[in-house]
Amino acid sequence: MLNKYPLWKYLLVLGVVCLGLLYAAPNLYTPDPALQLTGESSAQVIDEATLRRATAALEEAGIDHFGEEIDANGRNALIRLRDRDAQLRAQARVARALGDGFIIALNLAPTTPDWLLAVGAQPMKLGLDLSGGVHFKLEVDVQAAVERRMEYYYSAIRRVLREERIRGRVTVEGDRRVALAFRSEADREAARALVVDKHPELLLDRVDEADSWRLNADMTDITVDEIIDYAVSQNLTTLRNRVNELGVSEPLVQRQGRNRIVVELPGIQDTAEAKRILGKVANLEFRLVAAPDAPAVEKQRFEYRSEERSGAYEWLERDIIITGERVSGAQASFDQNGQPNVQISLDSEGGTLMNRATRNNVKRRMGVLFIERKYRTRYEEQADGTEVPVKVPYDERKLLTAPVIQQALGAQFQITGLDSPMEASELALMLRAGALAAPITFVEERTVGPSLGAENIRLGVKSVQVGLALVVVFMVLYYRIFGLCAVVALSANLVLLLAFMSLIGATLTLPGIAGIVLTVGMAVDANVLIFARIREELREGRAPQMAIHTGFERAVSTILDANITTLIVAVILYAVGTGPIKGFAVTLSIGILTSMFTAIMGTRSLVNLIYGGRRLRHLAIGKDIVQGDVA
Amino acid sequence: MKVFNFMGWRLVAVVFSAALLVVSIGSLAVRQLEWGLDFTGGTLVEVHYGDSADLDAIRSTLDNSGYEGATVVSFGTDRDVLIRLPSGFTDSDGNAVLTVLEEASDTAVELRRTEFIGPQVGEELREQGGLAMLLALGLVMLYIGFRFQLKFAVGAVAALVHDVLITLGFFSVLGLEFDLTVLAALLAVIGYSLNDTIVVADRIRENFRKLRRADPVEVINQSLSETLGRTLVTSLTTLLVLASLAFFGGEMIHGFAVALIVGVFIGTYSSIYVSATTLLLLGVSKEDLMIPVKEGAELDDPAP
Repeated sequence: MLNKYPLWKYLLVLGVVCLGLLYAAPNLYTPDPALQLTGESSAQVIDEATLRRATAALEEAGIDHFGEEIDANGRNALIRLRDRDAQLRAQARVARALGDGFIIALNLAPTTPDWLLAVGAQPMKLGLDLSGGVHFKLEVDVQAAVERRMEYYYSAIRRVLREERIRGRVTVEGDRRVALAFRSEADREAARALVVDKHPELLLDRVDEADSWRLNADMTDITVDEIIDYAVSQNLTTLRNRVNELGVSEPLVQRQGRNRIVVELPGIQDTAEAKRILGKVANLEFRLVAAPDAPAVEKQRFEYRSEERSGAYEWLERDIIITGERVSGAQASFDQNGQPNVQISLDSEGGTLMNRATRNNVKRRMGVLFIERKYRTRYEEQADGTEVPVKVPYDERKLLTAPVIQQALGAQFQITGLDSPMEASELALMLRAGALAAPITFVEERTVGPSLGAENIRLGVKSVQVGLALVVVFMVLYYRIFGLCAVVALSANLVLLLAFMSLIGATLTLPGIAGIVLTVGMAVDANVLIFARIREELREGRAPQMAIHTGFERAVSTILDANITTLIVAVILYAVGTGPIKGFAVTLSIGILTSMFTAIMGTRSLVNLIYGGRRLRHLAIGKDIVQGDVA
Repeated sequence: MKVFNFMGWRLVAVVFSAALLVVSIGSLAVRQLEWGLDFTGGTLVEVHYGDSADLDAIRSTLDNSGYEGATVVSFGTDRDVLIRLPSGFTDSDGNAVLTVLEEASDTAVELRRTEFIGPQVGEELREQGGLAMLLALGLVMLYIGFRFQLKFAVGAVAALVHDVLITLGFFSVLGLEFDLTVLAALLAVIGYSLNDTIVVADRIRENFRKLRRADPVEVINQSLSETLGRTLVTSLTTLLVLASLAFFGGEMIHGFAVALIVGVFIGTYSSIYVSATTLLLLGVSKEDLMIPVKEGAELDDPAP
């Protein structure tokens, strides 16, 4: 029969809409402003007593709070507040009451009911422009990393020539080439064999000149890319660790493009504090473990950094062999027997110093110290009686490892005797963190205050409401019953769009809201196309049922073409755009996809339900049809 | 239904479009665009005062504190103030400005947002934006060339270039700020205008196959008249939501809404005149549309 869907199609549409409602629902529950308490080190457990101290401080200040909870492993605690404006004050109070050793972060705690969480429904994440927070874009100075590698090649090649007693001149030409010049062809060939063996990644090229045999060793593009990747990913790891230290509830640290890193910290207001921690430089010191009989003035006691060995310590000499600046690389790997080790490379000066210090101290032990700048908070009383927190910096030195020196060391050596590959990669990471393979600079910074964020949400929601209302009124007036079907489909489209975005964990931004508003306006286009077709068919004298049928049928290919091209544009927007543009592109693309479903199938099933299988004399699809009605 | 003689006016339309394009390109060449912070780099601070803010006082405070050349304007309300520092200041200046203002003001000063964009980022964004635009145009041309026919692709792209240039010209002539959201809007204009153009092209193709005797001008007039109702309704609903966005969406999204409103007007016009006129200029004929076998099969569809 014409214009009757089989039952399963109705059920499918109904089912999809119901699922949409279910997964869009969490966005209706406004989150509570909250404080999140975390221990600064993983050893710091948050217990009931700590939580009581925090809540007591809040009560003293008259700040309403509720729903305190400690998570299962005792790492985090959450205190919910009634009033968003009190959040900053509450943070200061709790920080004061608990003292150093805790990170107190501002947070928005979701209030999604358990039954929704049980089916995996989550509210959408809010972008920084809606939630407030800091956005940084950092640039890794990859040029510095490449230069450092050039220095390494230069000194490594010189050293190997010296060791093999090949006479020749080694110079650095440009930023990619080490140039070698020899007196005889035999020397050059010998040197070439050595370089190929040691550094197979270099591109070698013989050049003959009047009285010298030259050899150019070039870094290939692949090598340069590898160096850059290495430098960026190392910085990425370091930044992730530091961001964790900031105790932000949902931070984002992401590589962008070739040499950029984006850091987003929702809820953070103090950019100076955030930058200090992100830009913090860790360093290393290599020192000999002091002899047991060394006088006290010549040695210092250091504790181990790792938690398994917390409390254990070693006495180290006061003299420093080298510091972290001399380390050009550290890599976890395995020796011939499959035991985990860490390969360390130093620059040429570091190699000389290391050799000098170790050749007479074989079988003694060498300690590696990890130095981090940390801050203690002190409260100073002002003249007017208020207290201001003052951050006092200090260097914390902790021992990473203290291996036995097996032989005289040079620019390349390894630390063995590690317990696990895990330990090896952690140690390598620590060694590199001090090495600072490439410096970073801030190239972009955006801060959005919490009040602006809240206002943006309010304005965005309002413009969606008003826009939707205008479209609803117009469609119903213009297309009557059919307009009503389109409006219902449009609302379903909004629900599906929200549900989809919540499901894939997309972030809602202000341009994203603009995308939603635009979708509302453009999504009715598909319906307009269909309705215009139906009107035409009626005008041409077709019976109402037939007009509905062909109207839908014929409009579909037009709708597909129009939407696919728009989708192409949206995908390009996503691929090329950054930050805000991406948010817009995401909502636009999802909106196009969901609108095709609701406008074609959704509207069709409504129209079928209303008109399908009936004997019709005319359709309520706007006024001018009365003229063309052939009843 | 009434068939309007759209193409009879096409000379007028050509002159009109040409005039708009000359003004736009001229303004873009002479006045260029008022590039926003996203593209120029620099520092921006938005603050909210407890009371209505005295802009002159803020200017002199900033001048005296070493921030010469800062532009201070109110932003939306008289309590919200937007301060832009020229490039050359560093990423730490945003916070410093806030401190200076707090010290100089009796009422509370609340930080709404700060933005710092390094010069290299801005330059890249401009390149990326241009690239995105070209890529979008290129791919769209490919798709239409594949789905329809090359002449339609040329017509569609001519309409898109026309729309983008005139929208850009609008921003240039009025000196409106061109930031990232406006760029996004411009790409959305491409999407919108394309939507319109394709609906019209689809109908032109259909009518070329249906009305075998008619000449191209008649076919195009017929097609445009048939799609006119739909074109106007969709433009209207889109304009309704955009107006809502422009009025209620707040300052940060205002440029976006304005660009799209201009774009929708121009896009509606261009889908009627620019792409169709281009088709006529290229000498479109029904032979152009008879090639694809699959599409031809549709003709024999025993439609009732």
